[in-house]
Amino acid sequence: MGGYILRRLIAAVPVLLGITVIVFLVMSLIPGDPATAILGAYATPENVEKLNRDLGLDRPMVERYVIWLGNMLQGDFGRSFSRNRPVIDEVAERFSATLVLAGTSFVLCAFFGIIAGVISAVRQYGFADRLITFAVLVGISVPPFFLGMIMILVFAVHLRWLPVSGMYAIYGGGDLADLLRHLVMPALALAAVAAGVVARLARSAMLEVLRQDHIRTARAKGLPERRVILGHALRSAMVSIIPVLGLQAGFVLSGAVYIETVFQWPGVGRMLVDAILTRDLMLVQGGVVLVAAAYVLFNIAVDVAQALLDPRIKT
Amino acid sequence: MLALILLLALATPFLPLQDPNATATAERFARPLSPDHLLGTDHLGRDLLARLVHGTRLSLAMGLAAALLAAVLGSILGIVAGFLGGRADNLIMRGIDMLMGFPYVLLALAIVAALGPGLVNALIAVAAVNMPFFARNIRGVTVALAGREFVDAARLSGMGNLRIMAVEILPNVLPVIVIALTTTTGWMILETAGLSFLGLGSQPPQADLGSMLGEARAALISHPHVAVVPGVMIFLVVMSINLFGDGVRDALDPRLGAGAPTRPLPATVVDRTGPPPPSQAGHGALLAIDDLRTEFRIGRRVLPAAGGVSLSLGRGEALGLVGESGSGKSVTALSVMRLVASPPGVIAGGTVRLDDTEVLDAPLRILRGLRGRRVAYVFQDPQGTLHPLYRIGEQLTEAIRAHQPMSLQAARARAIELLRDVRMPRPEDRIDDYPHQLSGGQRQRVGIAMALANDPDVIMADEPTTALDVTVQAQILALLDQLRRERGLAILFITHDFGVVAQLCERLAVMYAGRIVEEGPTAEVLAAPAHPYTRRLIACVPAPGAGRRRLETIPGLPPPLDALPPGCAFAPRCHRARPACSDGEVVLRRTGMRAVRCLYPEAAA
Ligand code: SF4
Repeated sequence: MGGYILRRLIAAVPVLLGITVIVFLVMSLIPGDPATAILGAYATPENVEKLNRDLGLDRPMVERYVIWLGNMLQGDFGRSFSRNRPVIDEVAERFSATLVLAGTSFVLCAFFGIIAGVISAVRQYGFADRLITFAVLVGISVPPFFLGMIMILVFAVHLRWLPVSGMYAIYGGGDLADLLRHLVMPALALAAVAAGVVARLARSAMLEVLRQDHIRTARAKGLPERRVILGHALRSAMVSIIPVLGLQAGFVLSGAVYIETVFQWPGVGRMLVDAILTRDLMLVQGGVVLVAAAYVLFNIAVDVAQALLDPRIKT
Repeated sequence: MLALILLLALATPFLPLQDPNATATAERFARPLSPDHLLGTDHLGRDLLARLVHGTRLSLAMGLAAALLAAVLGSILGIVAGFLGGRADNLIMRGIDMLMGFPYVLLALAIVAALGPGLVNALIAVAAVNMPFFARNIRGVTVALAGREFVDAARLSGMGNLRIMAVEILPNVLPVIVIALTTTTGWMILETAGLSFLGLGSQPPQADLGSMLGEARAALISHPHVAVVPGVMIFLVVMSINLFGDGVRDALDPRLGAGAPTRPLPATVVDRTGPPPPSQAGHGALLAIDDLRTEFRIGRRVLPAAGGVSLSLGRGEALGLVGESGSGKSVTALSVMRLVASPPGVIAGGTVRLDDTEVLDAPLRILRGLRGRRVAYVFQDPQGTLHPLYRIGEQLTEAIRAHQPMSLQAARARAIELLRDVRMPRPEDRIDDYPHQLSGGQRQRVGIAMALANDPDVIMADEPTTALDVTVQAQILALLDQLRRERGLAILFITHDFGVVAQLCERLAVMYAGRIVEEGPTAEVLAAPAHPYTRRLIACVPAPGAGRRRLETIPGLPPPLDALPPGCAFAPRCHRARPACSDGEVVLRRTGMRAVRCLYPEAAA
């Protein structure tokens, strides 16, 4: 297994490089002169030229890329001018907030999605199945940001159960309970879409597996039905559910951008949007590369989980 | 719903609406249903209804444009990659993989960051992010198509690559493109709206539904209706598109729609009409099946797979049940413990008695107690019947512990013992293997060990050797025979092979089209088959050692089960058939140990 993980990590290197290339290319699409963009329209030509030289923008593209890459490898992602601090510090801080939110959401979406899918499959065409199918349709159709707003209206404004937004209360907050209270709504709003997708897939995977011969064998052994469903069928179905969970992690991370805006969650998604609006391109660039890298690593973890689950995968 | 929204969007310019951008600060945040403003006004006093209609139009247009753009670019890349293959394919797909390595919106954000916020840029970003999905799907289909004859033919006829792609490939992948398009459009509308919501899409004063929501966020708590109106609209639009997409997919790809797989229930549905028939076997039989009727109900069609089967099995007896595939022999055996997949299977009549106790109407809890403990099954294909992800030790101990509560260690020791009983070489090592690590014969030994786990009284062996090669077959048969003698097991041996029956069973029954057509002691039946079908079937079997003798085959095919001919089902293929055979029900007549369902049995009987 160790060797397998190592090989997966090595195989990820070109992917990571590719990501930096894409980000670099996208960023060089920027029309006009970045130095002018940073300094504003009233910059003197000398200043623009100096900044260009400081930023290394006067050199050819390939060289610029190599320098940029080399700096990143040394942990230098540049400075954010809007925050006036190193990009890496800002991203690290914001990303941990996003991880709390997206991680919780991911667990929720996997848990509820799979349960709903299993119930739906076992009660195929029954009342529960129809109900879940409908809920899934609603779940994948409702914009996450709108869902978040509705939740704020209902649970925070109307029922006053939960705080409206933020990660911690401004006065007297800061402990875990406080965090959890703030976490409930954004995590649920964020999980809704992904849970719907997972439930859909889990349902069809379960239906597929339940028809297989080894399920009949399990029943012929006289196993309790619960064991047949959860032990035998779900275990097989997980083989096709897990890769989709990996994809959903991407969706959850993406949805976090909206949810962080709605709930004023100090995460990396909101940071990126703000950075774009203030044209803090260093921050955008560094943030995108770092988050994408984290996502690549996460996907390796998914593959490893898959290999642990399925002995037929060569490790 | 979708049609309505589309119509609304198209008709917008002609509707008598107020100017969506006319501000009137005096009328800020008018509530819905106010006299001038049906849905109220927003923070600048703009009429919400007008803004809603215009916003919907814009959102739809953006989403559709993004979807189309993604579809066109993705399809071109996909077709080119799939068709050309080789290096071009590799290069394109690598790039696509990279793009897919990003979490979705992140890439869109990067693109918007580079191009700057704005409606068109948001559209480009969403299209770019979704393009890989199309490219991948389309490439998959194209690769499959590129190897087909008509493509080769086109190539031979001197068509250029470009033309082949446009003329031969494109029409064939079109359904796939359409499915992908309809199932993702809703998503793309959401995404473009999302970017606008973040302030990265449409810029004021122009507003789509997303930016309406974004602007309303500031006044969410004091004036929720400003947010709710566009939010509900997005929801309705996306949901109706998703529903439409599902519909299109079902129409173009029936596999996923109405023909979706149905999962079998824990036990076959029993839906018997009329009173259970009396037992013909008399008391004392271990297992007695009487007038069993199991049918498959598929839509309106009813296929009687077992059309009134009666069989009995004594303690320690081996009965061979012979027939071609589809004759209903497996269904009969599976019905005993209600293991026929249901739906579509239904037990529509008859009884199964185990020690004179009816089992078909036993509650599931009781039935579960019988499965594996009194009646165990060995199935045909040990590859499919063992769980691929559990070690065989886990599967064995699980079977043991289902009926005998004991510690894991004790069960493990017992499992090793069982493996030894079925002559598994080095059972201590094998027990931690996964099924895919064993040979076919070894897997079947595991299957048998599992059936023996709880010392059952009856084993239903459903073609246990068919999937194995000849030498292994002989070993497994010898093993079953030995176990039967040692343990007093009764075996119902299902096979299409008379050779196997002759080796193992004292008695045999022959099935045709869901019914028993002949029954009797093995030696007698083999020596002098009474039913014309049995005779033909025996003639099909090469005599042992006869080498490659030409097999006599039975002309014709068994009749479809939902269109059985009246009278004898074998009549259309029978060389002895006379008009009377098709006049009415032919009954199974017993004489001594033997029984035959034929009006004009073979002379020897
Ligand atoms: S009943 Fe008639 S048709 Fe049927 S098997 Fe006998 S002879 Fe042939």
